[in-house]
Amino acid sequence: MVDEVYDLAIIGGGPAGLTAGMYAARARLNVVMIEKLAPGGQVLVTDWVENYPGFPEGVSGADLIQRMTDQAVHFGLKIQTDEVMSVDISDSIKNINLYEGVVHAKAIIIATGASPKKLGIPGEDMFYGRGISTCATCDAPFFRDKVVAAVGGGDTAVQESIFLTKFAKKVYLVHRRDQLRATGILRERAVRNDRIEILWDSVLTGVSGLSNVEAIDVKNVKTGDITKLSVDGCFIWIGIQPNATFLEDDLKLDEYGFIITDQEMKTSVPGVFAAGDIRSTSLRQIATAVGEGALAAVTAEHYIENMSK
Amino acid sequence: MAEGITDIQDNTFEEQVVKSDRPAMVDFWAPWCGPCKAIGPLIEELSSVYSGRINFFKCNVDENPVTPGKFGIKAIPTLIFFKDGAAVEQITGMVQKSKLEETIKKVI
Repeated sequence: MVDEVYDLAIIGGGPAGLTAGMYAARARLNVVMIEKLAPGGQVLVTDWVENYPGFPEGVSGADLIQRMTDQAVHFGLKIQTDEVMSVDISDSIKNINLYEGVVHAKAIIIATGASPKKLGIPGEDMFYGRGISTCATCDAPFFRDKVVAAVGGGDTAVQESIFLTKFAKKVYLVHRRDQLRATGILRERAVRNDRIEILWDSVLTGVSGLSNVEAIDVKNVKTGDITKLSVDGCFIWIGIQPNATFLEDDLKLDEYGFIITDQEMKTSVPGVFAAGDIRSTSLRQIATAVGEGALAAVTAEHYIENMSK
Repeated sequence: MAEGITDIQDNTFEEQVVKSDRPAMVDFWAPWCGPCKAIGPLIEELSSVYSGRINFFKCNVDENPVTPGKFGIKAIPTLIFFKDGAAVEQITGMVQKSKLEETIKKVI
């Protein structure tokens, strides 16, 4: 028996992958989307999305993803739950090696997104799940009336810190610079919030406790002074790293490991496209991911059409 | 014991997990946790594959605060694996099938 060869395989089921899948399914390509868990990606851990057009009141990340999934499946997108271990992409038929089996496709779209970066400080791994967290929607309720720290200064760090104040009585926002990088409206809300105390010019140097987080060490980068603060938890939002461990060396990446594409989402390898947070880009939003997913699907469709000529 | 995943409460934990002569996995979850939902289908799938060799439980941390407190759980999803009444392995956060299956094989 000859294995099925899909026209298109999409790796990753966040907003970019789901949108690419919807466009490909509507184009009547033989398409499969491979997702290692349930669809959603980082949106699934986002408590509230208020900058995605069409939802003036905002929408929960989980709800938005459910809607995107329903819409893609409605048009016939097939979703396969499995984990991609490696890919062979140099030939015209690409092989995607899964934990259980192999998928063959004429073209692939890589939309595997990114994951929270670690600080790499003592105690971080040991206390993960014991006070250290990267998911406020999951874990904030464990810190009702407690004191927590949050590390970072970008959109995620500031928005999720504001969410934390619904539960925690105090949030120390530890930020290495003297101003937040987050967008204006979030900065205003954070500064106005009585429960948030921003520790400027500060970095986390350690986490300590007996079996759970009890204290953090915060170093002021201007003075060099280290202060020990009693906290019950610590959330880390210092940026993201690409989910690209399954990739071979033959794809051109930027210095941080994100995939470089042209304007049409083509990577350095013919028949391989990328969309969403995994792509080397200056803005990573749901709004940009869906646009890139749509464009990647259409570019892939043209590639597949030309292949058979 | 029936196949599938059994809901466990604070007052049944000791009897069903700690005193069980079979290894057990307890999935600590809550309705408000997106990633908990995301790993749900995976756990269901593995619970039928490994049925009879390890017992699968889920514990709603909203309704049962005592048990997660006992194990210092401050993040979900957290999966704890028990063997001979003792917690021997713990996984916190979204976990992919390969790692989860590897851990199950370790405890059975």
